[in-house]
This record gives sequence, structure tokens and C-alpha cells, in this order.
Amino acid sequence: MIHRMPITRRAALAGLGSVLAAPAIRPSFAQSAPIKVGVLHSLSGTMAISETALRDTVLMMVEAQNAAGGILGRRLEAVVVDPASNWPLFAEKARELLAVSKVDVTFGCWTSVSRKSVLPVFEELNGLLFYPVQYEGEEESKNIFYTGAAPNQQAIPAVEYLMSADGGEAKRIALLGTDYVYPRTTNRILRAFLNSKGISDADIMEEYTPFGHSDWQGIVSRVKRFAGEGKRTAIVSTINGDANVPFYRELGNQGIKAEDIPSVAFSVGEEELAGIDTRPLVGHLAAWNYFMSVDSPANTQFKTMWQAYIKNPRRVTNDPMEATFTGFKMWAQAVAKAGTTAVDPVRTAIIGQKVDAPCGYTEEMHANHHLSKPVMIGEIQADGQFNIVWKTPTAIPAENWSPFIPENANRRRG
Amino acid sequence: MKHPLLAFLLLLALALPARAQDAISAALEGLGTGFNQTAEAVDRLGASGDPRALPLLRALNNGRLLRRADGTLLIRAEAGVTEALTGTPTEVAEATAVRLNNRVRVALRGALGRLQLLSPDQAERQAAAEAVFRSRSADNVPLLETALARETVPAIRARMALALAASRLMASNAADKLLGVTALGATASPEARAVLLEFRGANPDIAGQIDEAVAAIDQRLALRRAAETLFQGLSLGSVLLLAALGLAVTFGVMGVINMAHGEFVMLGAYTTFIVQEALRDIPALQPWSLPLAVPAAFLVTAACGAAMERGLIRHLYGRPLETLLMTFGVGMMIQQAVRLVFGAQNREIISPAWMQGTLMLPGDIAVTQNRLWILAFSLIVLGLTVAAIRFTRFGLEMRAVTQKRAIAASMGIRTGRVDALTFAFGSGIAGIAGVALSQIDNVSPNLGTGYIIDSFLVVVFGGVGSLAGTLVGAFGLGIINKMLEPWAGAVLAKVFVLVAVMLFIQRKPRGLFAQKGRAAEA
Repeated sequence: MIHRMPITRRAALAGLGSVLAAPAIRPSFAQSAPIKVGVLHSLSGTMAISETALRDTVLMMVEAQNAAGGILGRRLEAVVVDPASNWPLFAEKARELLAVSKVDVTFGCWTSVSRKSVLPVFEELNGLLFYPVQYEGEEESKNIFYTGAAPNQQAIPAVEYLMSADGGEAKRIALLGTDYVYPRTTNRILRAFLNSKGISDADIMEEYTPFGHSDWQGIVSRVKRFAGEGKRTAIVSTINGDANVPFYRELGNQGIKAEDIPSVAFSVGEEELAGIDTRPLVGHLAAWNYFMSVDSPANTQFKTMWQAYIKNPRRVTNDPMEATFTGFKMWAQAVAKAGTTAVDPVRTAIIGQKVDAPCGYTEEMHANHHLSKPVMIGEIQADGQFNIVWKTPTAIPAENWSPFIPENANRRRG
Repeated sequence: MKHPLLAFLLLLALALPARAQDAISAALEGLGTGFNQTAEAVDRLGASGDPRALPLLRALNNGRLLRRADGTLLIRAEAGVTEALTGTPTEVAEATAVRLNNRVRVALRGALGRLQLLSPDQAERQAAAEAVFRSRSADNVPLLETALARETVPAIRARMALALAASRLMASNAADKLLGVTALGATASPEARAVLLEFRGANPDIAGQIDEAVAAIDQRLALRRAAETLFQGLSLGSVLLLAALGLAVTFGVMGVINMAHGEFVMLGAYTTFIVQEALRDIPALQPWSLPLAVPAAFLVTAACGAAMERGLIRHLYGRPLETLLMTFGVGMMIQQAVRLVFGAQNREIISPAWMQGTLMLPGDIAVTQNRLWILAFSLIVLGLTVAAIRFTRFGLEMRAVTQKRAIAASMGIRTGRVDALTFAFGSGIAGIAGVALSQIDNVSPNLGTGYIIDSFLVVVFGGVGSLAGTLVGAFGLGIINKMLEPWAGAVLAKVFVLVAVMLFIQRKPRGLFAQKGRAAEA
């Protein structure tokens, strides 16, 4: 790797001068220091299946931004590291990005446990992290911007849908999840929510499995038995990663049809479905804030851009990719507004920024560092895409402090 | 006299289709405008009994029903697009497919069930009986009685009887309701049980009879549930057996701690993927891709095993720690190499049709096909392994070399060659396991990591060097795990099993089937 010479103020001024002197031609970035964009996604290990596409999304955005003239006349340069699905390594790599590579902004993390691992590093070194995945909430950091959904933008509306006439009027809910912080916290919120809707604990089943679990026969037959108690039953799945593939295969093999026991998943998107035969799964649901099948001009542009960048006309897009895309645009707008990449001014400038997101709505960054987002429920189709069967009429603001977690509810801001 | 009658009949003949046309048009009102309207229209169509409703509903079910902006409905078929009501060919222009959600699907299933109950096709009648059972409406009682009287296939008759009993519950008079309760109570069906429990809330006056019926069903179900748990345990055991069998040879017989064993399993799964892709263009061979993958995976991983033994392991015999570290390193290299070549994404292995779905064993015990095949397959592989070791020249030499190397060498056995072949044999079995696991697990570069610990556990628990021990160890651990799971949860059940095995090894360090005599000292 070439070590970059520090750029003197005189050189920078000279560079600026040359840009000003030649306004008609494409800006040449040669003499100004590049803006460094850190990419902190697992490229190996169990999360690589999901996170590799997010690295590619950031690289695509960097390339596109450079083609459009960079930001503030400066070129963008991506610094990619691989935390290898290893949670403590996330913290080390974050420190390396901030202290050694001196990145101006970082896009990264998927699992909540990795985010929890890097949070103290970003706060200590005053970095800027954009986190693009739906999560359990109960967190707020001045150094992190959450561009995925909070529970009230995904989990709660999804369960409300299952309990509605369209969703099958479920009176009994099986909460199935992977054993870590996101599913446990989400299910805690959901249990409190269900209780508040008159569903007693006897009508809630909760089961956790390890990462990468593949033997689902026992759990699926227990769900079947749970459903056989004379009340309409639905499955709420917070199963993460590739354990979903054998789970859905088992649902199909045991003949659980969406008409009888619908399931709604919070971590299954187009990318995860790419590895499964989806024909037995038609009608099962997923809740997100974006689906590839959204019909909007911004989405068409996003899909074309992605497939052209990745040079594969069949590659799919998904919600965390859209959140990465939106987060990147917000950050770029904030830098342009602040006139600098320094963390503090950007952090102030980004509040209130709006982006016409591919989900077809205008999303806005609020003071709680979360986006307003629309909620969508999609049904799995035979071709691995989602058919949107329900969505909110407007983008709704995030409640990162859930009113259903009593000890944190009073921490809510306006 | 004749003329007016003729004229009247003619008029009638002209008017009838027109009226029927009106009826079905009225029933179709709103179909395709919204989910609720579509569901209601489907209900009306099901109730109409109109013969034209059936193809229309089938098309809707298959996503082949289109709607133009002006409301005309079209059916898309292989041959082209036709108008749904008249059957006249037309253009597809400006039409979009009518969308479904679960509410529409439920309505659709009920309507199709009603219309297909008297169908000449056996599979359709079966599905219809199932659907009518689920939709449960008192209106279906006469229809079901007719269908039941005509039906000759016993399985469908049973299903129809169940549907009839469930529909009677919805009747308004108490006598019919009780008839339904008694009929459902006489079955051993979890669905009947669910229907009764659902019905209980709305009918407190006959709650006593319902409880009795439910209790009767529960009694009949208890045995079946035990059998299903046993099968799940056997199935998990068969997976453990497959994963551990190769290790029972390399670790159990040769004493080599091969941490790359899981990666050989993974290579076997990727070989399955390669065979599947290679046969993609040859339709005749496609259904055979899985059986063909078995020898291919054996050869590929056996070759890798032989190369690893000749190139590395033989220099480290008698140094278990170095062997452990070295094979661990090789395992990581294989994993990364596969990741580089195939990418980090999971690869899709298509399950052949004969491995999908559920099989009903006598006594209505439901077992999933893929698990059943893997169970049978694991026993076949075990049988072949035992046969190879017991009855072949290679097996004899292998046993001789592992028991007393110096004597075997002095009898003219090329011990180095036997070592390589034994290791290749064990690795090949791991590859075969990979073919089977590709059907139930994700084919990803880290496929093997999940199995390595379990494999060692099985071999050590069963007794190092004993294939019988491996068999009993695998099935024993599988069944214990599945029996614990319902009350401990998947995570805790595994912890309990690990603790139990640790305690067991403390008492019996040589495992279940300890080797005795001279072999034990080798």
C-alpha cells in the first residue's frame, strides 16, 4: 500500500485554485486530499452471506459520487476492512479505521452484537457510523446514525397485520428467533405489545436456536402442535442468517401453508431467498421498509445502478442495501451543507436532511438519529420476489426507545 | 298448441345463458380491484356452482388470471390469452395479473374445494376434501353427503367424513352439532382436535362432550407423538452418524486427529453442486444428479484425503498436537479456497421430487421424506463401511497395519500405501456425508464447521475404534437431544447433551464400546 504524503495547506490552496481556475472542465481531484469512507462489513464468516452485498453497495455509491464530481470538489476513497463475523474484531477494525486510516465516515455492521461492539470506539474517537439494518432499538449514540428500522417501523406493524382481518386474525403467536440480543429484545417488546392487545402468555410460544441451526424438525412440529389448540396461529420469525434456509425448507416439507399458519420474518429478504426453492413458501410474509418489487422511479434507478455496477442483471437488491444507499446520500448532502467532513458539523447538518428513497417515499433524518420510514409487508412469490400486500400511507418516525420496555420508555425524546 | 310451446322453449333457451351470464358477471363484480373485493367475489363464485367458475378460479390460483383496466378478465395459458367468460382469444395488452393475499387464498381454497368435490380426478377430490374441511361451512353438508355416497377411494372417504363432521359443527341445530362432535372424537387427527377446541368457545352448552372427544383424540395421539419424536431423534442420529463415520475411520482406526474432516464434508456438498450444474443441460440425467454425486463426492474427497496424508500427515505420525494444528490449518485453507472459487453466498441444491414433502406411515405418523432417505442412506453407508473393513483384502490389511504395524510390514504389507488408502477411505465417506447434508443444510464454505465437534463427540462417546459404538453413539445422542428439546429448548438441550457426555467420559474414558485386548494397546 502506498503511503500518502500529508498535504500541506499551500498545496491544498493551490489545488483549490486550480479547480476555481478551470470551472468549465470536469473537476480534477488530483491535488486535494480524498475524503475517506470506511467500510466495516464482514466479508468472511457466517455473516458474509448478507454483508458482502453492503460492501458492494458502498463501493458503488463511492464510484457514483466520484463520477458526479465528488463532494466539495474532493474525491472519495473507500477503505475496506474485513471484521470476519468476529464481534471483538469489529471493535479492533473500527479503531484501525478511525485512528490509522483516519476515515471521515464509516458505513458498517449488520448484527446488533457487532454494533454494540464498535459503539464505544466510535464514541471515544468521535467517529461517524451509518448502521443500515433494522434492529431492536433501545439505543442512541451521537456518533451513530441508524438508517434501518426501529421496532415500531417493522416488528410491531407486522404483528398488527397478522392480527388484522387481512393477515388472518391470529390469536396465538409463535416467536422463533436466533439466540442473541436482537431477537431476544424484539421478542420482549412484542410480548409486551401482545399482552397489551389482550393476548395472554399462554398464547405465546417463544423459542431460540443457535446461529446456523439446521435441524428444525422438532421446532416446526411443536409449532404445528401449538397451532392445533383451536385458535388462529401465526409465526413471527427473528431467525437470522442462513439458518432461515433449512427453516423454510422444513416448513415446506411439513406442509405448513401460509393459509393455515402464516409466518412473518424480519430478517429474510430477497438476498436470503436467492438460495431457496420458494414455491412451497408462497404467501409467507416478510416485513421491511423496502422491497425490490417497489414500483417507483427512484427504485428503478437504484436497481439499474446496482445491476450495472455488479455487472449481473439478475442480482437482487434488498432493504439493508437501500438503507445503505439512503444513508450515503444523507451523509453526502450533510457534508455538502456543512461544507466540511468534520464529524460535529456534519452531525448537526444531517438532521432534517431528506432523501427521495428507492422505497418510494421521502425519508427524513430526525433528531434521534433515526429515519422516518414506511412499513411494508410483502408476500413471498414463486420467483423469490415479494408482492407488497400492505404498506403504511406515509413514512413514520422511529421510536428507538420502545414504550413496551418499561425501564427505557421514559428516555424517549420528542 | 305446439307452436306457442316451442316458441316458449326457444325463448327460454335463449334467455337461460343470458341469465347465467348475468349471474356470473354479478358474482365476478369487484374481482381484482382489491384483496377484500377479490375474496368476496371468490366466495360468490364458489357458491354459484357455475361450471365456468372453475377454470377461472384455477387460473386465479395459479396467477394466470389477468384483469384489464375496463374490468374484463383474461386467462393466460400456454396457447395464448383468452377472455375468461367467453373463451375467445384476445390480446394481453394493458392487463395485469390479479394479485392474491392469504385472505384471498383461504377463500380460493374453500371455493375450489366446493367446485372440485365431485371432480373425476382423484387428486383434485382429495385436495377438495381437505379444503372443505378447512373452510367448514354448514352449506357444504348436503354437498359432502352426496360426495361421500359416491366416493370409493378409502383415503378420500376418510377425509370427506372428517370434513362432513367438521361442517356439521357449524349447523344451527344441536343434534347435528353433537353428531359432528362424536364423529370428530372418533378420529386420531390433530386437525379434528383443533377444530373441536375452536368450536368449544362458541358452544359452552356441549363443552362436556367436546372435552371428552378431545381427550379421546389426545389418547390416540400420544403414541403417535412419541413415535414422531423417536423418528426425529433417529433422523438427527443419522446426520451425526454420516458426519462421524469418516472420522471413525481416520480418528478411530488410524488415530489421526483430522480437524479438516468437516471441510471434506463441505467439499462433498460442493461436489454435489458441481454435478448438479454439470447435468443442468442434460434433462435425461437431471433426476439422477444426486445419486451420481455420491461416487463423485467419494472420489473427490478421497483424492484430497490421499494427497493430504501423503503430503503432510505421514510426516507427523505419533505427534498428535502437530497433526491437530496442521489439519486445522489445512481446513481453513480449504474453506477459504472454496470461498474464493464459489463465493461466500450459499449455493442452491435442488431437492429431487422424491425427497420433498411428508410421507404418512401406518398409524398416520408423519415423517419428512428427505429425513427418511438420509436415515436409510446413513445405514447403507455404515453397512458398506463395515463390509469394506471386514470382508475385503484392503480391510484386512488396514486392520493388520493399525493393530501391529511392524508385524504387518514384515508380512509384506506396504504399510505406507495402506495408511494413504485408509485415510482416503475415511475422507471419501466424509464426502458422501456431504452429499446427504446438502439436502438439509446450507451449502456454504462453513458447512463443515458445524459438524466437526459433533463428529468427535460421537466417536469418543461411542468408543474410539468401534463402528458399532459410532452407530449407537450417533443414534443415542440424537434421540436424547430430541427428547430434551421440547422442554429445554434447542440451545439448552445441546448444552445438556454436552455435559452428559463429559460426565460419561469421566466414568468410562474409552466410551460405550471400549476396545479390549491387544487392539486397545495399539
